[in-house]
Amino acid sequence: MKRRPLLWLAPALGTIALVALFPLVWTFWESLHRHDLRMPWLGRPFVGLGNYAEMLGDGRFLGAIGRTLLFALASVTLEVGLGLAAALLLHRRIAGLGALRTAILLPWALPTVVAAMLWRFLFDSEAGAVALMLERSGARPVVWFAHEVLAWVPIVLADVWKTTPFVALLLLAGLQQIPREVEEAAAIDGAGAWRRLVSITLPMIRPMLLVAIAFRSLDALRVFDLIYVLSGGGPGTATEPIALYTFNAYFQNLRFGYGSALAVALFVMTVAIGAVSVRLFAKEPA
Amino acid sequence: MRSRALRATGAVLLFAWVAAPLAWALLASLTPEPELFDRGIFPSRLTAGHYRALFESRDFATPVRNSIVVALSTTVVAIAFAVPAAWALARFPFRGRSLVLGIILGISVFPQIAIVSPLFLLLRALRLINTYPGLVLPYLTFALPLAIWLLAGFFRQIPGELEEAALVDGAGPLQMLVRIILPVAAPGIATTAILTFIYCWNEFLFALSFTLGADRQTVPVAIALFRGQYQVPWGEILAAAMVATLPVIAVVLSFQRKIVEGLTAGAVKG
Repeated sequence: MKRRPLLWLAPALGTIALVALFPLVWTFWESLHRHDLRMPWLGRPFVGLGNYAEMLGDGRFLGAIGRTLLFALASVTLEVGLGLAAALLLHRRIAGLGALRTAILLPWALPTVVAAMLWRFLFDSEAGAVALMLERSGARPVVWFAHEVLAWVPIVLADVWKTTPFVALLLLAGLQQIPREVEEAAAIDGAGAWRRLVSITLPMIRPMLLVAIAFRSLDALRVFDLIYVLSGGGPGTATEPIALYTFNAYFQNLRFGYGSALAVALFVMTVAIGAVSVRLFAKEPA
Repeated sequence: MRSRALRATGAVLLFAWVAAPLAWALLASLTPEPELFDRGIFPSRLTAGHYRALFESRDFATPVRNSIVVALSTTVVAIAFAVPAAWALARFPFRGRSLVLGIILGISVFPQIAIVSPLFLLLRALRLINTYPGLVLPYLTFALPLAIWLLAGFFRQIPGELEEAALVDGAGPLQMLVRIILPVAAPGIATTAILTFIYCWNEFLFALSFTLGADRQTVPVAIALFRGQYQVPWGEILAAAMVATLPVIAVVLSFQRKIVEGLTAGAVKG
């Protein structure tokens, strides 16, 4: 039988090349130009690395990079920690397990915009639960989104709420591959619960942990929807991640050349972290 | 037993943490406007007023229709292109196979903002800004890799003997795919279609960048750009959020087990 894989792959790969790979190359090319849609009479002159030189002296860019990395670190740490706890919990037989698994799927499957709105309502509005709780406990009301640091609290919480289920289900799949006998043998040998977790469970689900960390990190780096809805990047630019700065460079300042340079910077960060992950997987004993 | 009680407490806490924001929003969306801000937990009565206002004075039906049209069209195109590609990736051993898989995985994790500027300029040149095709084309950038990845996982689970039997009967590759593989893989294809639809339904960045007005906005964009005359119209926003959640809840409830399989299929196989 003749098998021509290219023929089967052509429609899909052709489309991917057209709508994803070709635009990616175009973004890079665009980043070497000055392209200002507010000033069409300037045309689109080639400026070499000019946009990149400007970027390195741009405090808003450097701030956005720092904020994005900090956000990724904080949210991924919390998500993997809580996701592991939830997976260990769901791994055991408990009543109502099916209902619980369905419930934790919900936040993951919701539109991010909806999740962000729910958390903005909880924190922002006077009718929100957080305002109510603070008032009941006699604390002073907090205007979360007017504060440069506190504005991150609802942002990180919303991200943790939405994506921990994904991490938990991934780790649960890993847990279910551990043969029961291994854990039972360890228990018979007198290993305590903590000892079993550290020396048996965690090493055995290491590949899944790496997958979860890699996927969540790459996702956190490109955070956009959540922050656009929750804080809009404010107050000022205190919660503006790199993807949102890029979007603003395009559609508020209409600077397509400079925005493309920002996009390339984010893309390079993503590739770097992806490469590190792949290297970590490669070290994995099969 | 202490550990059992601990576990039950953990399960209850986990459930509460997941459900509380949704339940709170659902309740608020059914609370009459004047009572929204009066600092009570339970309203004196429930009302569908916000939902009525949403569809009568805000024309929320338009974004709902836009979302359905775009998500359905994208899903149909993505599945049609992904089935042959995924089958080749799952079944044909060929050079460059892992490179293709790498590109597909890479595209599904790369930041969408990285291609927004050329796509905008391209769609503008083609006069496709603020049109349905102007959203379907960008949506294929994530829908195709997702569908290929999931389908390849499902195809790999089909026993090879089926194909061998077909070969013995003298079927060509296309006949084999259509007559033998597709019927067996139908549940997997359905799951893939549903997940693809949800990803399109939830998408925000492209829809925000490539639409201009209410006539082509999708549900997430409409919700994010909700404005009131004097204050934030929370009752209507939350009602809209609940409407946007409905299809997702329906899907999760009916396909819970399959979605978990789909999510973890690629990952477990490595």
